[in-house]
Amino acid sequence: MGLAEAIVLAVLAASTPLLIAAAGELVVERAGVLNLGVEGMMIMGAACGFAGAYITGSTLIGAACGIAAGMALSAVFAALTLGLAVNQVATGLALTILGIGLSGLIGAGFVGERIVSAPHLHVPVLSDLPVIGRILFAQDAFVYLSIALVIGIWRFLYFTRGGLVLRAVGDNHASAHALGYPVLRIRFLAVLFGGACAGLAGAYLSLAYTPFFIAGMTAGRGWIALALVVFASWHPGRLAAGAYLFGAVSILQLHAQGAGVGIPPQLMTALPYLATILVLVLISRARATAGSAAPASLGIPFVPDR
Amino acid sequence: MLVLERRAERSVVAALASPLIAVALTMTTMALLLALLGRNPVTALAVYFLDPLTDGYSLQELVVKATPLVLIAIGLSLCYLANAWNIGAEGQFLIGAVTGSWLAVATHGTDAGAWVLPAMLVLGALGGALYALIPAIGRVRFGASEILTSLMLVYVAELVLDYLVRGPWRDPKGYNFPTTAEFDPVATVPILIEGSRVHLGSLVALAAVGAALVLIGRTLKGFEIRVVGAAPRAARFAGFDADRLVLLTFVVSGALAGLAGIIEVAGPVGHLQPGFSPGYGFTAIIVAFLGRLNPIGILVAGLFLALTFIGGEQAQISMKLPLDLTRVFQGMLLFYVLACDSLILYRIRLTSNRRAADGAR
Repeated sequence: MGLAEAIVLAVLAASTPLLIAAAGELVVERAGVLNLGVEGMMIMGAACGFAGAYITGSTLIGAACGIAAGMALSAVFAALTLGLAVNQVATGLALTILGIGLSGLIGAGFVGERIVSAPHLHVPVLSDLPVIGRILFAQDAFVYLSIALVIGIWRFLYFTRGGLVLRAVGDNHASAHALGYPVLRIRFLAVLFGGACAGLAGAYLSLAYTPFFIAGMTAGRGWIALALVVFASWHPGRLAAGAYLFGAVSILQLHAQGAGVGIPPQLMTALPYLATILVLVLISRARATAGSAAPASLGIPFVPDR
Repeated sequence: MLVLERRAERSVVAALASPLIAVALTMTTMALLLALLGRNPVTALAVYFLDPLTDGYSLQELVVKATPLVLIAIGLSLCYLANAWNIGAEGQFLIGAVTGSWLAVATHGTDAGAWVLPAMLVLGALGGALYALIPAIGRVRFGASEILTSLMLVYVAELVLDYLVRGPWRDPKGYNFPTTAEFDPVATVPILIEGSRVHLGSLVALAAVGAALVLIGRTLKGFEIRVVGAAPRAARFAGFDADRLVLLTFVVSGALAGLAGIIEVAGPVGHLQPGFSPGYGFTAIIVAFLGRLNPIGILVAGLFLALTFIGGEQAQISMKLPLDLTRVFQGMLLFYVLACDSLILYRIRLTSNRRAADGAR
């Protein structure tokens, strides 16, 4: 296997959790809700996903457990922010703190255990093609799913009635409400979808990326996913580009560390975080002249007047 | 069905009762969780919340742990009042510890005088303030979300600290452990009561509470902060400069977090090492909200959350309860606090489905 091929494979693997989590959050934000708890939902997905897979021996059930954990946490978030109109920033933070704590409790019994990593696709002939065979036809299910997810979200948002309503709710909840759309119900479903995606992204980490669980293994990926949504101007296509770019940066720093470049390893590890800050600043600056692309009602609680 | 209804005016009773209700609800949920874990909830909660209050050592420890929480939370409350979301206080706390420690490391083993500690405190506050300025400028000048940038900087700060104590600042006599040498006496925060661990930093925290009370309640700047946060449009008409207030509140909260960081390192810890903070910067966010962004409230909330740290440690030692339980408790508490706060602005009313449908028509 050539170095270039190895790098592409590694970048795909590193980008997939970012892409899945960010795709879910994109839908949530398009509906006008800012859920900052992605990190917490992801780590819970990782812990519960691993627990499920370890107990049952099935990757599929593990992934389902991860999704369920993410949805359960997001339902708590929805109950507060939608049901009680609580500040979304603070609630998202609470979700992250709670998720990290709970995942530690649940995962404590599984630290040090190993499972069989998620199986990779194998298509006769195609998977054995030189170079592209391994990249295109020999990935695990999560990678294909993440790509399908982004295409599906893009089709949904721009080519279906439901997508139009969801965007309307995110851009002007008062008008959407006046037109008779159930704003809170639509937002609730969007938040649940985001939770499912974050949980799945976490499960990917403990089921496929590294087939074991350690406390705090998401290492800020949930926050990077949030930044990616801003980077993508809330557009699914750009989201995929951004996720692969960030995956590439994180793999690049690993390879540079391995090659023994004379730079402190801590600086290389900090690279994805520094890149996130830089990109946020540059993107936001560019947008300041072109007008904001953020959904207009993003983060504003909605309480229907009666 | 249940509906939210905006109250005509903020309920004073609800404002006082909401943190208490939140604590009670958290305790109840914790009891359920402990029962699920197969422990006796009553004994476990007693170890968590009552035992630390009954012996002298724990009471001192309570003050020691509440000190950084209160200092950081006072600064954060100013940010949150101004609707500026600094959630990277942990990073500013660590960087303050680093910049202050620089002087302690540089003067280690020399005959530098009593000026070292004050200079360290100034450097710590300065470091924290400058570090907080990065996300603030990002937001004001470029419109970048201060939430994400301030948080990213926490990870960067951890790595900076890690690099320094493993590399240039490592104690040559430290058997290769990633830590600086023990600080000299002139670089150490003095103990307040002989024979205890309570140090001068606690007075600094009290002073910050007092200063915040005056700032928020009695000065024009404090008024501007509150108006910009609560009614941005009104603030614009009044000619208040929202951007400058974002910068100001970030700098003040960064300085306080940095000060807390260097006090922690030069006080109870005594040397710089990775992982010296059990997440004070994040817990302080909970302190700020539980204290309802009010300085006195923050003082009380800081002591209460310090209790969860000490209780958590004791429960780990005596009952083998996992330390993560403390974080679960803290996260749950923030949820309940936020939910209960909603009752100050809104009232929940039970209406029959039919009437709600009539109302909609």
